[in-house]
Amino acid sequence: MFSYKGEAMHHFLKPFIAFCLTVTSTTIVFGQSAIDVSAEGNFTENLQEALILAEPDSVIQLPAGRFELATALSLDVDGITLRGAGMNETVLSFKGQVAGSEGLLVTSDRVRLEAFAIEDTPGDGIKAKGVDQISMVNVRVEWTNGPVATNGAYGLYPVESTNVLIDGALVKGASDAGIYVGQSQHIIVRNSRAEYNVAGIEIENCYFADVHDNVATHNTGGILIFDLPNLPQMGGHTVRVFDNQSFANDTVNFAPEGNIVATVPRGTGLLVMANNNIEVFGNEFSENASANVLLAAYPREYNDPSYNPLPRGVYVHDNTYGRAGFDPDMQVAELIAPLTGVPIPDIVWDGAVDGIWSAFFGPDEEDRIVIREAEGVTFADLQFVKGMILPWDVSPNFNISEYAGTRAPIMPVKLAQEAE
Amino acid sequence: MLLRSACFCAVLFAVIVSFTTRADVDDAALMSARPARQLSAYGLFENAPKQTPTAGVVPYDLQVPLFTDYAEKYRFVYVPNGTAATYDDTEVFAFPVGSVLVKTFAYPADMRAADENVRLIETRLLIHQEKGWNAWAYVWNEDQTDATLKVAGTMTSVDFVDDDGIPQSINYIVPNKNQCKGCHSLNGKLSPIGPKARNLNKDFGYDGSNWNQLQWWQDKGILKGLPAYDSIPVLPRINDEAAPLDHRARAYLDINCAHCHRVEGPGSTSGLFLTYGEQNPTTWGYEKRPVAAGRGSGGFSYDIAPGDADSSIIVHRMKSIDPGVMMPEVGRTTVHAEGLALIRAWINDMK
Repeated sequence: MFSYKGEAMHHFLKPFIAFCLTVTSTTIVFGQSAIDVSAEGNFTENLQEALILAEPDSVIQLPAGRFELATALSLDVDGITLRGAGMNETVLSFKGQVAGSEGLLVTSDRVRLEAFAIEDTPGDGIKAKGVDQISMVNVRVEWTNGPVATNGAYGLYPVESTNVLIDGALVKGASDAGIYVGQSQHIIVRNSRAEYNVAGIEIENCYFADVHDNVATHNTGGILIFDLPNLPQMGGHTVRVFDNQSFANDTVNFAPEGNIVATVPRGTGLLVMANNNIEVFGNEFSENASANVLLAAYPREYNDPSYNPLPRGVYVHDNTYGRAGFDPDMQVAELIAPLTGVPIPDIVWDGAVDGIWSAFFGPDEEDRIVIREAEGVTFADLQFVKGMILPWDVSPNFNISEYAGTRAPIMPVKLAQEAE
Repeated sequence: MLLRSACFCAVLFAVIVSFTTRADVDDAALMSARPARQLSAYGLFENAPKQTPTAGVVPYDLQVPLFTDYAEKYRFVYVPNGTAATYDDTEVFAFPVGSVLVKTFAYPADMRAADENVRLIETRLLIHQEKGWNAWAYVWNEDQTDATLKVAGTMTSVDFVDDDGIPQSINYIVPNKNQCKGCHSLNGKLSPIGPKARNLNKDFGYDGSNWNQLQWWQDKGILKGLPAYDSIPVLPRINDEAAPLDHRARAYLDINCAHCHRVEGPGSTSGLFLTYGEQNPTTWGYEKRPVAAGRGSGGFSYDIAPGDADSSIIVHRMKSIDPGVMMPEVGRTTVHAEGLALIRAWINDMK
């Protein structure tokens, strides 16, 4: 009797519970501020429908769990927060992706992505294009096979965007750059970790960026500040790189050739290429086998009269430097080591300047490269331009005191989404 | 008895009325913020399974179509009575609010008999509403009687025999609304791509004989501002051997790439702009280096390496079906052999 009753209860409860679950978890309530995406049924369709039909300014909540997706996700509704249960708890795996060149594409404004992971996309991880106010917080993008050339190019990839925040992110295995911000303005990348990428953190053709309190390790190059020709936004400027740790960037370059990062030597702590008005301070650089800090001109031929290939107005001060330059790679081995010897100095500037006057007497004051570091920090100006004019007098200038001075500090970046 | 026949007449009348209303496009349904669940609700077709449009819904064709896995496409335009699109010599015509562009994707069982055993896959609507263009995809049911809205897109397998008699099986992807915008985007707003003067300037069979499409549209009152015939630009067909190779290749890139690869499009970040009128060689790819191509570069240095198609990134990406490499990013799961051959020949011929 007892058992019969129990069984009856069981029979009754099971469908009832199932019914409750269906109602509470699959129903997407529109016009309200919170949407729970169901783990039941076709997760990709549930999530993509939520991303399309959500009212502006809603929160879309992802369940904990591991989900396999075959097609790219995209978001084009303003004001959405897409939030998971944690970067290790909510995992969207794109290992079997058959369509779409990224895992998630965001094209709407005021979007916050938080607490989930994207794994193994054939293309980029998360791309935000043309967004005003994009925040990527406590997200993880990872290629789980380690650093191999068949991994996607970029992990976190905001481009042509304004008010970009990347905070507390983890990116591993990108075959180009783990955290890549391109052709954007007003950017903060902080408290994030990039490892086993070709470039850990790359800021390219950007205006007003703060890169701070990040860890870049086991990449080919830790932090790159680049400016490239033939792009809609050029003339990268006003970037601060401070209080980061960039150490033991020891992964052999695995970027497909043709890409600019394929030229980055293994063991680069920081590489500033072209750009204007850059401040580098409070960072710890160590165990970077090619060099801790490189300041260089764009190395390739280009056909763009509006482009300036030189790093100008760079101010490097109050950083700490551990062992580096002990096993140089690629151009550092071929072009720099023969001039400086090994180990390569902590800071190397190629000395490419604008014209003969600058080659002999130094660049104009506002374009000067200023180095103010503790005693014992080593430096070389390779004087490439002077060397081209006077090939018999190509010895680098190791005298760091000739480059001493100060520059006015760059003002902190303020983001619209963090305004009080 | 009288009452009964009155009833019968009323029913008959109601049926007739409902038939006549069905034969009109439902403007209100088109303008509603909520899309209809079924394609039939819009009244765009007199006979949807046969793709016979309602009066006022005008079929058309393009000189150079976008490649989408060899699908057959049936295109229609609807412009509300009393309004007209405005001619433009380079951009998409300015269609008035209330206009709809209709495109049905279909596969014949055998491409060598394109009109027989045709399976309708999806019908996409681009509707010009008060707030701008809106895109919806309707997926045809198995019985081919009606199509149902699919907001999040879907995948379906399609089998057909190709032009060479070889059986093909593809994983056809119905795009979601955002993926539509992945191509249909101009300055961040959803926008049509195809109906441009240079691509519409061709003959089409209307009422049993051939008419220039633009002339026909103007005569039907749905297009205004058409200039003299000889001043309307035209793209060469890609298989028209009489047309210069350079023009055919640029026409192909214009239609298949330039909706993204233009300064106002989703591919603006690349700096590679492939519109038909682009004059700067670096900008259209000549010895242009990749920017954010990643694996897409294939290890090559230039989008176009003159004289060396197989070392050109454009070719590498056109012949790939890997989502991390292929271009275009969406809209195909197979390689367009004819398009690839054209671009190869063009680059190999280049100095």
